[in-house]
Amino acid sequence: MLKTAISIAFIMMVIAQLLNLYRLFKGPSLPDRILALDTMYIDAIALFILLGIYFTTTTTYFEAALIIAVMGFISTVATCKYLMRGDIVE
Amino acid sequence: MTIFIEFIVSFFLVLGAFFALAGSIGSYRLPDFFSRLHGPTKSTTLGVGSMAVASAIYFSFQSGRISLHEVLITLFLFITAPISAHFLAKAALHQRLHQKKEGTEKIS
Repeated sequence: MLKTAISIAFIMMVIAQLLNLYRLFKGPSLPDRILALDTMYIDAIALFILLGIYFTTTTTYFEAALIIAVMGFISTVATCKYLMRGDIVE
Repeated sequence: MTIFIEFIVSFFLVLGAFFALAGSIGSYRLPDFFSRLHGPTKSTTLGVGSMAVASAIYFSFQSGRISLHEVLITLFLFITAPISAHFLAKAALHQRLHQKKEGTEKIS
């Protein structure tokens, strides 16, 4: 049952990533694209968690997910600051 | 690993994937930026949090001792998602994006 649930969740997350990719390429404004990138890293965390449950033996996936969480948040804030001020650190 | 724990983990996984998919569908279909901001920043965060909780339950019952470091991801996401949503809204206001009016084209 767990393998089936992981497969279903994986397929749903891949569809979600494709929808985000559409919004990333289409998005009419720059904040739309930043929002799509933000959602894509959060969904990537979900994919890494799923892989971590599927391949039970290692904890590498958890650490990769944590690093993606930290770096993605910082990159979102940095790009938003760049849009607001035209500069990241002034 | 009893069948009951497996059922709970599967339930949380599918629930989290459903919420994340709902957030992305919202980002795909809604008409303007300020309504598109709602889906990913709330629904997707809840979905990934639910999947991290499922992972914590699974590894706790698999290794026999309490494994709480997946909750760290949940906690971090729940703290940072409103901050990034706030920054995105401020950036959109700064770029003078407007809401879509009824019957008019989008001004952006």
